[in-house]
Amino acid sequence: MDRKVIFMRKASFIAVATAATFMATAATAATLDDVKAKGFIQCGVTTGLAGFAAPNNDGKWEGFDVDFCRAMSAAVFGTPDKVKYTPTTAKERFTALQSGEIDVLARNTTWTFSRDVNLGFEFVGVNYYDGQGFMVKKALGVKSALELDGARICVQSGTTTELNLADYFTANGMKYDSVVFDTADEVREAYLKDTCDVYTTDQSGLYAQRSVIADPEAHIVLPEVISKEPLGPLVRHGDNQWGDIARWTLNAMVEAEELNISSANVDTLKADTKNPSIQRILGTSGDLGQQLGLTNEWAYNIIKNVGNYGESFARNLGEGTALNIARGLNAQWNKGGILYAPPLR
Amino acid sequence: MTAEAADLEVAKINKFRDPRYRAIFYQIVVVVLIALFVWYVGHNTAVNLEKRGIASGFGFLSQPAGFGIGIVLLMDYSSQTSTHLDVLIIGIINTLAVSISGIFLATLIGFIFGVLRLSKNWVVNKIAAVYIEVIRNIPLLVQLMFWYFAVLSVLPLVKDSIHIGDNFLINNRGVSFPAIIPASGFWLITVALLVAIVLCFVVKNWAHKRQDLTGQIFPVFWTSVGLIIVLPVIASLIMGNPFEINYPEYGRFSITGGWSLEPEFLALLLGLSIYTGAFIAEIVRSGINAVSHGQTEAAHSLGLSPGKTTRLVVLPQALRVIVPPLTSQYLNLVKNSSLATAIGYADITALFAGTSLNQTGQAIECIMITMIFYLSISLLISMFMNWYNKRIALVER
Repeated sequence: MDRKVIFMRKASFIAVATAATFMATAATAATLDDVKAKGFIQCGVTTGLAGFAAPNNDGKWEGFDVDFCRAMSAAVFGTPDKVKYTPTTAKERFTALQSGEIDVLARNTTWTFSRDVNLGFEFVGVNYYDGQGFMVKKALGVKSALELDGARICVQSGTTTELNLADYFTANGMKYDSVVFDTADEVREAYLKDTCDVYTTDQSGLYAQRSVIADPEAHIVLPEVISKEPLGPLVRHGDNQWGDIARWTLNAMVEAEELNISSANVDTLKADTKNPSIQRILGTSGDLGQQLGLTNEWAYNIIKNVGNYGESFARNLGEGTALNIARGLNAQWNKGGILYAPPLR
Repeated sequence: MTAEAADLEVAKINKFRDPRYRAIFYQIVVVVLIALFVWYVGHNTAVNLEKRGIASGFGFLSQPAGFGIGIVLLMDYSSQTSTHLDVLIIGIINTLAVSISGIFLATLIGFIFGVLRLSKNWVVNKIAAVYIEVIRNIPLLVQLMFWYFAVLSVLPLVKDSIHIGDNFLINNRGVSFPAIIPASGFWLITVALLVAIVLCFVVKNWAHKRQDLTGQIFPVFWTSVGLIIVLPVIASLIMGNPFEINYPEYGRFSITGGWSLEPEFLALLLGLSIYTGAFIAEIVRSGINAVSHGQTEAAHSLGLSPGKTTRLVVLPQALRVIVPPLTSQYLNLVKNSSLATAIGYADITALFAGTSLNQTGQAIECIMITMIFYLSISLLISMFMNWYNKRIALVER
């Protein structure tokens, strides 16, 4: 683990303790005003997961979750670059959001009841429908997760993964040894050093990790998907305006794909479309943006600068990228998936 | 007004100028201020947690934990029925397991290298010096990572395990050896062992008295070893060997059966003991150096052998210098064991202040319990070492 991570865990604990201790009032101050005042959005992302959020060769953050942060920046500021990224481990992400260290968490986080209700968060939607899977070395000759009785399994701490794993093995009357690490990179390292037989996490994460292994062909992702993992961005509970901005940023990207608005054609459409749905989303009619406390070009800025959902998916995860993930469940509802944005009107 | 009444009046007026009263007054003020501060912090925390909709309280301790734990000692753990309280206890046991074995190993390493550091043999002396200087000057976290990945890289895969004898296997999943599984009647062996230990103390006291009276020396050490081996063996024979031996075997993935030490535990134990051992070595060296050479010469002139000189004259006096700083090294070791989280060992910090905290979101409660644990264990070690220090202190006449 790099020392930054340890340092940050301490920092975020101290942050939540001091924040909870000394912030006498203003617990529900408007995040939008704070964000506008400081001039950037502080976005919590992973410590590095190829395709979702990882620094590229120039040190700039890239990925599917990063695109969501950039879309929010485009909606709020009109430009996608006013984002500062806070890499968080699975363990410290919630504390970072609770304490106000970050404004929004876009870190392939599973939407669960207790996180939504008990931790004081608000999930704004699902940007990736996932499920937990297993990766093993081909040399082991394992073809199904049901053959994993007695295996040593590497897993990242503080995830729903840990819980599903226990449930799945109990339900099937099997035993396992878990070895728990803080970051996805440590888990991968331990798996590659063969201290574990199995690497388990969300399937998207397995594909992401396999894409950065030197010899991806030597590893297979087993066919079983053992859980529902709706991954999505989340904000603190209690600031509805900020929650709305995050929710409709995501919905606008999904809706834009459904309406075939992309970064390539958004300018032409804005100039001469007759379709009222497109006019509303691009702000040429109605005042959706103002209702959010933003400008009416908010969604136009998102699509122009970041693209629609499909563009972001294709750029970071889709076929042709190192991850090579099919749309599957994440296709639009009218294309065989379950992606379904409420209407923007 | 009489002169006496005037004196009383003066006394009354000047009460606040009296240093005794003034001291009491200021102390009360300080205590009240601290109490107010603590109340303010507690109250504010509670209010803000409520405002943010974060549940608080310790009810989560009785909720089922729901996740698996790699290393479970002395307990039954099931992810479905065990609670976060069980997780806490397992975390505590795992922390204590690595801390206590670490303290023993570090003390052993420290005393050996501390003595070697004083050796007149140039090579031995320099080897000890290099060990101490290198290890003391590299951060512990880096050393732990080194040990973990060294253990994993140097040791062979399961299928190529190193065999020592038939049943002692070493591979990158750890060290496996035969397990003794108690059957009914095993209690007698436990009792025999306890009796043997008590007898050792009895023999020691008796031998001491006899030596005072007659000057004859009794071989206490070998008698004790004999007692501790012979009594349980007799008990075992009486009950017809009431245990089974479970040998390690090759399973589908790893070694199954037997007992095993996991690589995470081994790396942490090695890292902590070798690191702390280097500091203890320096403490031991300073302690021995603090005993004046005249003591050794006097002992030699009385005809004591070099071994007895060290054991009976030098070491008891050196211990008085060694014990107080040794205590703080023990405390450091226990606290440093929390770095376990970096290499996947399931100690209290990784389990309870890590996974449980994250699954329940009760950051303040989990961290508070963890802090209280470390504080209590450190205070207990301090108390024990202070008691020991008093016991070996110079009795002045």
